[in-house]
Amino acid sequence: MPPRELTVHNLKVGYGERTIIDGLELAIPPGEITCIVGPNACGKSTLLRSMSRLLRPKAGQVLLDGKDIHRMQPKTLARMLGLLPQNPIAPEGITVADLVGRGRQPHQGLFARWSKEDDAAMAEALEVTNTVELADRPVDELSGGQRQRVWIAMALAQGTETLLLDEPTTFLDVSHQLDVLDLLTDLNRQRGTTVVMVLHDLNLAARYSDHLIALRDGSIRAHGKPEDILTAKVVQEVFGLHCQVIVDPSTLKPLILPAGRHHMLEHTRL
Amino acid sequence: MNTISETTTQPRVQVLTSSTEERTALINQLGSIRGQRARQRRIILAVLSLLVLSMVIASLCLGQTNYSPAQVWQVIQGHKVPGASFTVGTLRLPRTAIALIAGLSFGLAGVSFQTLLRNPLASPDVIGISTGASAAAAFAIVMLSLSGTVVFFFAIVAGLLVATLIYLLSYKGGAAGTRLILVGIGVAAMLESLISWVLTQAGQWDLQEATRWLTGSLNGSTWAESIPALIALCVLGPLLLSQTKYLDSLQMGDDTAAALGTRVERTRILVIMAAVGLISFATAATGPIAFVAFLSGPIAGRLIGNRGSKLIPAALIGALLVLVADFAGQYLLGTRFPVGVITGVLGAPYLVYLIIRTNRAGGSL
Repeated sequence: MPPRELTVHNLKVGYGERTIIDGLELAIPPGEITCIVGPNACGKSTLLRSMSRLLRPKAGQVLLDGKDIHRMQPKTLARMLGLLPQNPIAPEGITVADLVGRGRQPHQGLFARWSKEDDAAMAEALEVTNTVELADRPVDELSGGQRQRVWIAMALAQGTETLLLDEPTTFLDVSHQLDVLDLLTDLNRQRGTTVVMVLHDLNLAARYSDHLIALRDGSIRAHGKPEDILTAKVVQEVFGLHCQVIVDPSTLKPLILPAGRHHMLEHTRL
Repeated sequence: MNTISETTTQPRVQVLTSSTEERTALINQLGSIRGQRARQRRIILAVLSLLVLSMVIASLCLGQTNYSPAQVWQVIQGHKVPGASFTVGTLRLPRTAIALIAGLSFGLAGVSFQTLLRNPLASPDVIGISTGASAAAAFAIVMLSLSGTVVFFFAIVAGLLVATLIYLLSYKGGAAGTRLILVGIGVAAMLESLISWVLTQAGQWDLQEATRWLTGSLNGSTWAESIPALIALCVLGPLLLSQTKYLDSLQMGDDTAAALGTRVERTRILVIMAAVGLISFATAATGPIAFVAFLSGPIAGRLIGNRGSKLIPAALIGALLVLVADFAGQYLLGTRFPVGVITGVLGAPYLVYLIIRTNRAGGSL
């Protein structure tokens, strides 16, 4: 199945009277990994939430293959576009397999008849995320890293070609952050899943994204390949952070070396 | 001088798909677990239904005077049976019918609220909705000398008003569970004192009326009282059951539910309206039979585990609780106790246990 085109047209969105984003235009490159970065309260999550229909725009549209997602049946959209929110809640005592199975909801009728297809999608999601061994364990007992794999498995069981994730690496230690991002990369490379995620860590975003979007005050300040757009000037402009950008010797991707007020050598002071 | 090799290594892609045999085995395993659970669920539901049915038969046949099922059946068919026609036909039949209807309604509404608000304490009898319906019914009957359908109308309006009031009082940029429960417990206490006041204003202090509106009782049940509650159950029950899947998805948080295709706001409003309707109609018939709504969900949860939705099992447990408690209150304890006193004795320790447990865990309510 060809990846779907997710585009944002003249988007105006906010909470109550407050407008966070106004007149935003964006085309997510299909089949690639896109990371959205920016300082706190820049509208990253707001953008992701409106792209997944959790927020209704005040004006403008979010289009999936040219169709306004706010005019689609929720169930139809849920079969094409998956979302892992920032703080999903695991129902008390639920097992991994059952939670992953919940991802099949949009494929089932009103009275959840379970089909062979559902079992197949679940099996695949468990295998892909390496959670088969955890299938019978209660989700409450898992470590943070394992839990995040399970939530990704649930989103995979949903069987969507596009997957949005709101800060999928928060609360994870460094090795598990890489683990999650590697898994998402595997998914993208092998299945062509379009991945869009909000990430806090600029260096991880630079390493893992094909396409990077830098947001500030609700508007896009730079977008493109990380190696093309991530310069000291852009980081200064978007994050208000003095830094040096060097080439990461192990990936040849841009690596940000932030400058602080302390510990800097004389000649590196900016 | 760049000492770094310009060629990156091939990414070590973890192969995501296993062999077909492994996959098929896993699919079959998942399928067989699911099949096994579905069978176990059917057995649990069948056993619960049988228990409810036997309690219904026992309540009709047994009492001060015992009648055989054959005699009872004749009465139901409308034949005149000396003695039985009055005892069974006029006293036991409506009483049992109301016990069944109210039990199912309380069980179903209770578990719906607990699931929706993700908290076992958020049952309509703990957060004041039953008390509101009860206060309105008591007010309409005792103060305004009303009867019949009007009373039910009062009860449901009051139930919805209390639900709205609690929601507004606890609303602060999104209704939070704990605040809602605390506000609800406060509102319940206020309404209970209102009921006491209404009862003291009554012409003659009628103890039977008093227990009915304070803890719930089936004494003096008539057919006329059961019909509106039955209609409410037949309309609102299926409506609630149709939302099962969406209700369960809300347990994972509003965002996750929406991502799975649930219309979050619509589901929430439908469930609240239907559950408040069920509670109010049943309460107008029996009074707020203490803790049935509160206990049914957790008991159903223990029984059903991960074998699907708790809604139907909780309704059956509710019916069983009311039938057993009423039977025990009437015949097994020497003195006659109203049903609400028995369920209250069962429910109160569980309420205390829940509060202690959440407190120990360092959690909020």
